[in-house]
Amino acid sequence: MKRYLSHPFWQGAIVIVVSYVAFEWVIGYVLPVIGVASAPVPSSVILQYMLTVLVGIVLYMSADEARWKSFKKPIHETMVARDRKTLRGILMVALPVLIGWLAYQNVRPSYAAPATLRSVHPAPPNQLTFRGETIELTGLENPLHEEGSIEEHLAVGKRIYVRNCVPCHGDLLDGQGHYAPAFNPVPADFTSSGNLPQLTESYVFWRIVKGGPGLPREGTPWDSAMPAWETILEQDEIWATILYLYDQTGFTPRTWEEEGEGGHE
Amino acid sequence: MKRWLTRGVATRGVLLAALALAVALPLLAQAPGPDYGEFNFLGLDRRGAVWIAAQLHLLFAAFVLGVPMFAVVIEAIGMFGGDEKYDKLAKEFTRLLLVAYSATAIWGAILVFFLSTLYPRFWAYLTAIFAPSMWVYAGLFFLESFTLYLYYYGWDAWKKGAAKKAHWCLGIMLNVWGTIVMFIANGWLTYMMSPPEGLTADTAPQTVQLWSAINNATWMPINIHRLLANVVFGGAIVGAYAAYRFLTSKTDEERAHYDWMGYTGNLIAIGALIVLPFAGYWLGREIYEFSQQMGITMMGGFMSWLWIIQAFLIGILFLAGNYYLWIGMGRIPGAERFQPYIKWMLLVLVLGVIVWATPNTMIADRDEIAAMGGIRHPFLQVLGVMSAKNTAVNLMILTTFLSFLMYRRANKDPVVPWARAGTMLQGAAFALCAVIVVFYGVYGYFVTAIVRIGFSVYQVLAVLATILFVIGIDMAMLRGAKSRGEIRWGRMPDRSQYALLILAVTFTWLMGLMGFARSGIRQHWHVYEVIRDTSEQAFTPALGPAATIISICVLIFFALVGLIFWLGGLAERSVYQEAEAKVKAGQEGRAALGDPMPAPSLGDVD
Repeated sequence: MKRYLSHPFWQGAIVIVVSYVAFEWVIGYVLPVIGVASAPVPSSVILQYMLTVLVGIVLYMSADEARWKSFKKPIHETMVARDRKTLRGILMVALPVLIGWLAYQNVRPSYAAPATLRSVHPAPPNQLTFRGETIELTGLENPLHEEGSIEEHLAVGKRIYVRNCVPCHGDLLDGQGHYAPAFNPVPADFTSSGNLPQLTESYVFWRIVKGGPGLPREGTPWDSAMPAWETILEQDEIWATILYLYDQTGFTPRTWEEEGEGGHE
Repeated sequence: MKRWLTRGVATRGVLLAALALAVALPLLAQAPGPDYGEFNFLGLDRRGAVWIAAQLHLLFAAFVLGVPMFAVVIEAIGMFGGDEKYDKLAKEFTRLLLVAYSATAIWGAILVFFLSTLYPRFWAYLTAIFAPSMWVYAGLFFLESFTLYLYYYGWDAWKKGAAKKAHWCLGIMLNVWGTIVMFIANGWLTYMMSPPEGLTADTAPQTVQLWSAINNATWMPINIHRLLANVVFGGAIVGAYAAYRFLTSKTDEERAHYDWMGYTGNLIAIGALIVLPFAGYWLGREIYEFSQQMGITMMGGFMSWLWIIQAFLIGILFLAGNYYLWIGMGRIPGAERFQPYIKWMLLVLVLGVIVWATPNTMIADRDEIAAMGGIRHPFLQVLGVMSAKNTAVNLMILTTFLSFLMYRRANKDPVVPWARAGTMLQGAAFALCAVIVVFYGVYGYFVTAIVRIGFSVYQVLAVLATILFVIGIDMAMLRGAKSRGEIRWGRMPDRSQYALLILAVTFTWLMGLMGFARSGIRQHWHVYEVIRDTSEQAFTPALGPAATIISICVLIFFALVGLIFWLGGLAERSVYQEAEAKVKAGQEGRAALGDPMPAPSLGDVD
């Protein structure tokens, strides 16, 4: 056992197995058991991680001449040594079968929708029209911060959200409403740190006003079921809903930069 | 014969480019015909044709602008340090320029022809604004070409004293002309991205002020970004040339020379690469500030997946660059003591690539999306944001610098009395920097986006300050250091040279992909929100077709570069072969006479 552990080839093999177990099983299944929010990692990401690990192993092994020779030795022996004939025969059959099986898995007909590559933050226009009124989005702030009582706005926002948004976005604002399982893509999860805190209120305003039909031409197909709420809600009702979303999730909206500053993320 | 051939190709290229400009520009001033006619060339539509011509012109231009920058520095090292081998290296770098220069001109001419015939109205619009700068450009192009000829062909004639200094000044002038030429062309393309305020589709182009059109929001950031990137690219291509010559070498002397050349090219490329992200960051800020729509399209929207591909490719650059240094330590006596650290540095790099390339929104099928509750992974999403990625890339830069430091120190033992304290101080600086980078990375999760953006500046400054501080100590500490033995140049396994070739190919691909991101964020506009592209190719291509076109460009570029390498080696090879024959004859003669003297070195052959 010790002989194997100290040999570069088997060290590499162990690192590959341990990495795969960590990415596939520890992240996907062990973390949720110990109370950490997690889920199985998509196969595209597993492949990406494993390729990186594999490249790292090959680089490490070949960075030193003696280690490289030692690493290659079992492979070379398996290919040519007389006493490895049986193993060689097994590999000659097993490897093509494995590759064939993987190829088959990738090309066999399936009813499942193909894996998608989506951008979740479509680029907003610089201006939009709300029932004929042109509104500049760049630098736009939520006007309700400066008007009336914030409690009243939040109450309006709550009423609008519960009546119109809960069926899809859920009563916990986590995108898990009753209709959610029927949609692909699933409705936005407002509790995710990747959504509301990354966006200005004007961006959220644009998304609610124009919904799926107002998404840009680039990056299609969006397949979004989000309605264009400008036909149903007033501007103030939308702004109040935005206040409610940030209030309930505890996130702070992204702010516009002061003059002379720049930045992107 | 070879020199004549090379000179002929270069001259023909320049003349062709000049002819193209001379014919095309006046034609463009004529009344435009119909906007777009039928066009299909080998299955390419008009956009594909312009794209390939522009990309190849840019790749050759980046090479011919980058190489003179470090050639002139290396010549200065040879001139002021009195070491002639640097002078020879600078000349060899410059020799590659001659044919590459004509290729730049030819592709520039093709680009002008394509633009003027396939997009006549838009080209007429551009010339109406930029015509004076185009004539200056053509003039500077002539100055640049003839300065290059004087610089290269005068190398041996002006080798001593004041003549050598004058020759060096020619190299500086070559850089000055080249830089101005690039700045002018950058003015045209950045105008398309970020035109001055107040312009509309109805604004007559003749009324647009030339300077305000050139000096637009993204002009200077692009200028700086490209200046640095040209050095990186030039170093990488020179490294690839050295690798090619190393792999085809017949003698140990030749191998030693090209091993050293490859090392120098790699050092230049990786050294300039370390500061390149800061220029890119500035460009990104300016784009975002100019237009939120452009900024989000680039970073969070349609183009966001290109950044994941970029992370992978830059990961390859870091891994290959470090690998080359580690493998190179095998030819340095005393480097064995640093071997145990390599696995830990590799671990940081691999984890860095994993973090950097973790997508914020993952490619997943319906079942996987359902299991995650969305397209963000509940656990891995912490790695998908800039806090994690900035931390990863800064630690990777720091690790690469550590690799270089070990390589540099491999065969040296400092003799200054404070050597131990100095080394501990360097270690403390590394540790402190890592703590600062990780601290701001973690703290970034607990502040708003606008504050978090500022943190990346602190991380970058910490890394830069550490690099300067540590290298300062190292230079003082290694003064008069005891050597453990000379570097055994040429004693490198072949696989190290493939790392250099991978670096060059990756840089080229990266330039094409990120160039597409920069240009593609204009979407369906020729001039952003001023002149709309109304051709049938007005849509932004999806990543797959875009990557295909870019990969074709990379293939064509390397096919042509391979030709240039071959041409560049023809004359030299015959000299080496002659010298080798002389050496053999000398050895046989001496052997016959019983003379034990060593054979003359081929290192003096030029």
